[in-house]
Amino acid sequence: MSEFLNVVISIVFDGLAYAMILFIISVGLSVTMGLMGFVNLAHGVFAMAGGYATVAIMSQLGIGFLPALLCAGVAIGVASLVLEQTLYAPLYKAGELDQLLLSIGLVFMASGAFTYFFGPDPISVQIPDYLHGQIDLGVRSFPTYRVFMIAVGIAMALGLWISLERTLIGARIRAAVDNRPMAEAVGINVNRLFKLTFALGSGIAAIGGGLAIDILGLTPNFAIQYLVLFLIVVAVGGLGTIRGTFVAALALGIIDNAGKYLWPEGGAFFIYAVAIAILLWRPSGLFGRTD
Amino acid sequence: MSSTALQTSGLDKNFGALRIARNINFELQRGARHALIGPNGAGKTTLLNLITGVLRPSAGRIQLLGTDITGMGQSKRTRLGLVRTFQINQLFKGLSVLDNVCLAIAERTGVASSLLVPLGHHHQVIDEAMHLLHMLRLDGDAMQLVNQLPYGRQRLLEIVIALGQNPQVLLLDEPAAGVPSAESQLILEVIDSLSDDIAILIIEHDMEIVFRFAKRITVMMTGAILTEGTPNEIAADDRVRAIYLGDY
Amino acid sequence: MPSLVGSHTRRQQMQPTQNNQHPSRRHRWHLAEALPWVIAVGAYFVFPDYLAFGTQILITIIFAISLDLILGYAGIVTLGHAAYFGTGAYAAGMLSAHLGWNEPISGLVLAGTAAAVMGWISGLVLLRYRGLALIMLTLATAILLYELANTFEDITGGFDGLLGIHISPLLGKFDNDLWGHNYYWYTLTVLVIVFLAARRVVFSPFGRSLIGIRDNVQRMHAIGTPVYRRLVTIYTISAGLAGIAGGLFAQSNAFVTLDVLGFARSGTILVILILGGTGRLYGAFVGAVVYMVVEDELTKLSPEFWEFGVGLVLVLVVLFARRGLLGFITDMNELMHKARS
Ligand SMILES: Nc1ncnc2c1ncn2[C@@H]1O[C@H](COP(=O)(O)OP(=O)(O)O)[C@@H](O)[C@H]1O
Ligand SMILES: [Mg+2]
Repeated sequence: MSEFLNVVISIVFDGLAYAMILFIISVGLSVTMGLMGFVNLAHGVFAMAGGYATVAIMSQLGIGFLPALLCAGVAIGVASLVLEQTLYAPLYKAGELDQLLLSIGLVFMASGAFTYFFGPDPISVQIPDYLHGQIDLGVRSFPTYRVFMIAVGIAMALGLWISLERTLIGARIRAAVDNRPMAEAVGINVNRLFKLTFALGSGIAAIGGGLAIDILGLTPNFAIQYLVLFLIVVAVGGLGTIRGTFVAALALGIIDNAGKYLWPEGGAFFIYAVAIAILLWRPSGLFGRTD
Repeated sequence: MSSTALQTSGLDKNFGALRIARNINFELQRGARHALIGPNGAGKTTLLNLITGVLRPSAGRIQLLGTDITGMGQSKRTRLGLVRTFQINQLFKGLSVLDNVCLAIAERTGVASSLLVPLGHHHQVIDEAMHLLHMLRLDGDAMQLVNQLPYGRQRLLEIVIALGQNPQVLLLDEPAAGVPSAESQLILEVIDSLSDDIAILIIEHDMEIVFRFAKRITVMMTGAILTEGTPNEIAADDRVRAIYLGDY
Repeated sequence: MPSLVGSHTRRQQMQPTQNNQHPSRRHRWHLAEALPWVIAVGAYFVFPDYLAFGTQILITIIFAISLDLILGYAGIVTLGHAAYFGTGAYAAGMLSAHLGWNEPISGLVLAGTAAAVMGWISGLVLLRYRGLALIMLTLATAILLYELANTFEDITGGFDGLLGIHISPLLGKFDNDLWGHNYYWYTLTVLVIVFLAARRVVFSPFGRSLIGIRDNVQRMHAIGTPVYRRLVTIYTISAGLAGIAGGLFAQSNAFVTLDVLGFARSGTILVILILGGTGRLYGAFVGAVVYMVVEDELTKLSPEFWEFGVGLVLVLVVLFARRGLLGFITDMNELMHKARS
């Protein structure tokens, strides 16, 4: 295989794995902001908590990586409801500045608390043997964990997409994102619907956080470090659209990888330049409503 | 100089498939006393929004005092003398009554771009604001915050702000709706006392007010103009009677 | 999603206390306004060992005032104000390190000018947007500058910082001594000038029109305000003042690192201003002093304790004291007056 093709494949492949992490973690945020108009800078906290919960569950209960991931997802999803009920709900009608400040406060609190309990150093996770090493996919061999990551991301995107398009609850969510007053007028309980999707989104983000440990690493700074990135993915994709979040994650993930590979000194320059260009062109994101 | 103050030709506004303004050809004479009536949802406020630039028309043109203003920004139209009030109060709720009026006067007189001299040193602005407030008997409330003012008095303030803009063409969107009668009388007196040079268009549901005030009446229905004429012609129009006056 | 694209001032309760004062008296000086200056001068004599720290507080106050002009008065929510602080810091630093332009006062003026130009150019683009798009764009713009500075490390020093800043003595006489005596006075003087200018702007008809824009932009359009132009103007002024703060930062530390442009700096200054209270200029003083002193004390105990604490305070302020400490104090004052009468 030619060297050039090899490089392109590497960029796309690593970009894809990165994009899937971005997607899994950000998709819940997209729903929060789309459905309730809540500017939530603290969404990364769920992913971070999911990461730590996964590690803690594995060591405390002695169960494997994948079951621990699921447990963490459920636990964080449920716990997030408490947060939603006590702190977010009172601010749904407030201005975006209030929401932004409250959620920044939560990020700081989480960062301090996780440092206190888990220490400031990066922690690692024991992934099962069958996800280690390389896997041969015909053309070439790839790191197994990243292949797994991509598969999980695509499965999750498909699952969410199908449940949004094909189920009654999905139809209700679409209606509520599209026109909230109208949805309420036809009897949809948007608040309850939202709590459900909020918990689901946080749970998925928690799973994403657990999955990301082996690729991004995990420190108590995670929620601050990646705060901007998750927000950018959601804003570029358009609020409340799964398709938009997926496309934005793909585009930004691959562009970021390509940029870092082709121009290492440029750092993360590309991803922000592209994000700004897209937002200037379409302020409500690629798939956001423009009215 | 032509006698037309404001003219729209072929004005359309679509929201997707929804046509909320359809081929509106409307003319307001200089010094007019003109009323715009029609049932709720007829598109009266929409027409005002199109004329003042809050909404962009999907088709058609607008002329103000001989100038084409179709693509012009809202604030530029205002500076040409096109002034409106709002059906739903648009006030500076966190500011005092006096500040609300001062903002408008400072903007009109060009004082508002002054960066380094305190507003308090521009006595002419404050004096004029107090004078206008006095006309609508709001001078006693000058230092109240607007959000502490009763609704009726907030409606008066809507008018004061508009007057502070020194209108050539004044568009009033249901100025007296929901206002206690003492205050609605006051509003009408003030409007009556305005200079003959000013062209006034009033949207109003109270037929008594309409017939007392207007020399011409335009009737709107479902986004289009149904008919136009003198009060007598309108009162005699069967279609208008059937669909509109009958309600009252 | 009306709450995202619509007016972002709903329920934000950012009403400066002076709104119910008569316009002809509002701009006059009150006795209480002497307090911060008495404290600032007094601190020089009471805490002679902490003047370098004091200088950093004064710089933060200038930065917070610059943010108050756009956020507190004009209602522009930004997560990227460090862009202009950083521009000023790098301008002052690079003037000295690369061009040997070591004279501090002219260096500071140039730092402010560079930041103002940056603010003007970016403002022309950014201020066409509102709501969430504006927040995201300010955020991304600042990070873009950060990444640029990181990329061009041969001129910015990149991650390791900009070395070789040698600022000449002030007025040819007063050096940046180890204890920061001279720079304390220098910074305090700049703060006085910046504050006087900001105070003038705030009480001018222009400043009042900013409050109008914050309160009801729709009506401002209707009374003929060129809203976009006003916003660009105040954004440029604000950026210039932020650049002056950044310039002072570079000169007093003789060192600039990437974090002058970082997201943390944008976030922190926002928190400081909210903590002190927006739309009242003095909120910047209260917020900066309280935040920095408490930070200094608590991080000595443990950094995570401080992080948790500042987060908790922010949450409490948003939920219960949305007008900041200063607003909280005035509200309490009014309550006590009412209770007494
Ligand atoms: N921004 C908008 N988007 C969609 N429909 C609108 C909008 N503004 C007004 N309409 C619709 O246009 C019609 C006319 O409204 P309006 O002009 O307010 O009527 P009127 O002032 O005569 O009572 C109404 O059916 C209203 O629902
Ligand atoms: Mg109407």
